[in-house]
Amino acid sequence: MIEVRDLGVSRGAVPVLEAVGFCLAAGEALVLRGPNGIGKTTLLRTLAGLQPPLRGEIIGDREQIAYAAHADGLKLTLSVEENLWFWARVFGSEDIAPVLSAFNLVGLRTRPAGSLSAGQKRRLSLARLMVTGRRIWILDEPTVSLDTASVQLFASAVVAHLSAGGAAIMATHIDLGIDGRLLDLAPFKARLPALDFDDGGFL
Amino acid sequence: MRDLRLAFRAGGGFGLGLAFFLIVTVMVPFSVGPNSATLATIAPGVLWLGALLACLLSLDRLLALDWEDGSLDLLATAPLPLEGVLSIKALAHWLTTGLPLVLAAPVLGVLLNLPAGGYLWITLSLLIGTPALSVIGCFGAALTVGLKRGGLLMSLLVMPLYVPTLIFGAEVARRGAQGMAVETPLLMLGGITLGSIALLPFASAAVLRVNLR
Repeated sequence: MIEVRDLGVSRGAVPVLEAVGFCLAAGEALVLRGPNGIGKTTLLRTLAGLQPPLRGEIIGDREQIAYAAHADGLKLTLSVEENLWFWARVFGSEDIAPVLSAFNLVGLRTRPAGSLSAGQKRRLSLARLMVTGRRIWILDEPTVSLDTASVQLFASAVVAHLSAGGAAIMATHIDLGIDGRLLDLAPFKARLPALDFDDGGFL
Repeated sequence: MRDLRLAFRAGGGFGLGLAFFLIVTVMVPFSVGPNSATLATIAPGVLWLGALLACLLSLDRLLALDWEDGSLDLLATAPLPLEGVLSIKALAHWLTTGLPLVLAAPVLGVLLNLPAGGYLWITLSLLIGTPALSVIGCFGAALTVGLKRGGLLMSLLVMPLYVPTLIFGAEVARRGAQGMAVETPLLMLGGITLGSIALLPFASAAVLRVNLR
C-alpha cells in the first residue's frame, strides 16, 4: 500500500533520519518508536507530503493518506458537529453519525469545541480521520491526553479501520493492544555530516 | 464558508477593520481642522488610506489562527488545491473586511465633506480595489505564517505591494470628486485587481508550502 525506500528526512536543514525503509500492506499497522527528538514527527510529516524528503522515495498513493498531527486542528468557536461537517465536506463524505458514535461524541455534538476538555478535543480530532474516508492513517501521538476508556475506543477504531483494508502508521509510546509491527527509529539516526568546508582562506 | 462563519462568530475579526476605518476618518477632521475646503480636497485620499490600513490591520488573522491550531497542516493535506483554499480565504477576508469598508465609505465621506460627485467614485473605486488588497494581503500572510510576531514583517512586505492599488484607487476617487475623467486610473485599478486575483493565489500557495515544511 505504501512503500518507503532509503528515505532521508531533515528538520530545518539538519538531516535527522536516513536510510529508513519499510513496506506496509493493507490491514497492517506500523508503530514508530524512538526517543524524543529522533524525528518521528518529521518522518510522519514527510510521509503526509507536508515536506519533501531529503532523499529516497515514497511509493504509494498520496491521495490515500490522512494525517493527524500533534495539534488538534479544531475551530474552538464551532460546535463539535460543525467541525466534523467541515472536514466531511472537504473530503466529500456524506455522513458523520457513525463517527460521532464511534468516538462517543453524540452527547457533545452541539457543544462548542472550545468548551471541551483536552481529551474530548483529542477524540474529536481523531474522529476527523474517520470522516476523511482515506485508507492510510498517519497518526502522531494519537493518545495524548486520552483516558483509558478513550484509548480503548481509539484502539477499536483503528482495528476496525485495519480490518476494513486500511493501514495505519503511528508514533506512540503506549501499547494500544493493536497487532502491529514495531519500527524503532534509533538505528536510523542520521550521522552528522563531515565538515567539508574549507575556511583556510578566511583564516 | 467556514472562514465566514468563523469570522462572524469570533467577533473581533469582523468589526476590527471597520472600527479602525471609522476612527481614522472621524479623527482626520479634528487633526486637520474644520476647514471644509481642505477636507474636501483630502477626503478621497483619506478614505482610501483608511481603508488600506484597516485591511492591513486584519491581515495577520487571515492564516495565523489556522496555523496556531494546526488546521493549516490538515488543509494542506486535504484533497483541495491549496490555491483554492487561499482564494476562498482571501474572499472571506474581503467579505468580512473589504465589503463593509466599501459600504461605510460613502457614509464616512459625509464627515469629510466629500464633494457630491465623489460618492459614486469612492464607492466604485473601493469596490474594485479592495479585492486586490485582500488577495495581496493573503500573499503576505502566507509569506509570514509561522513567524512569531510576523505582523510587523508582513506590514513591511505588503505595504509596497499595496502602493499601486492605493495610487490608482485614490486617483479614481480624487478625479471623480473633481469631476474629471476617471477612465484611465479606473482601468489600471481594475487591471491590478484582476491580475492579482488571477496570479497571486498560486504564489501564495507556493510560499505557504515552503513555510509549512
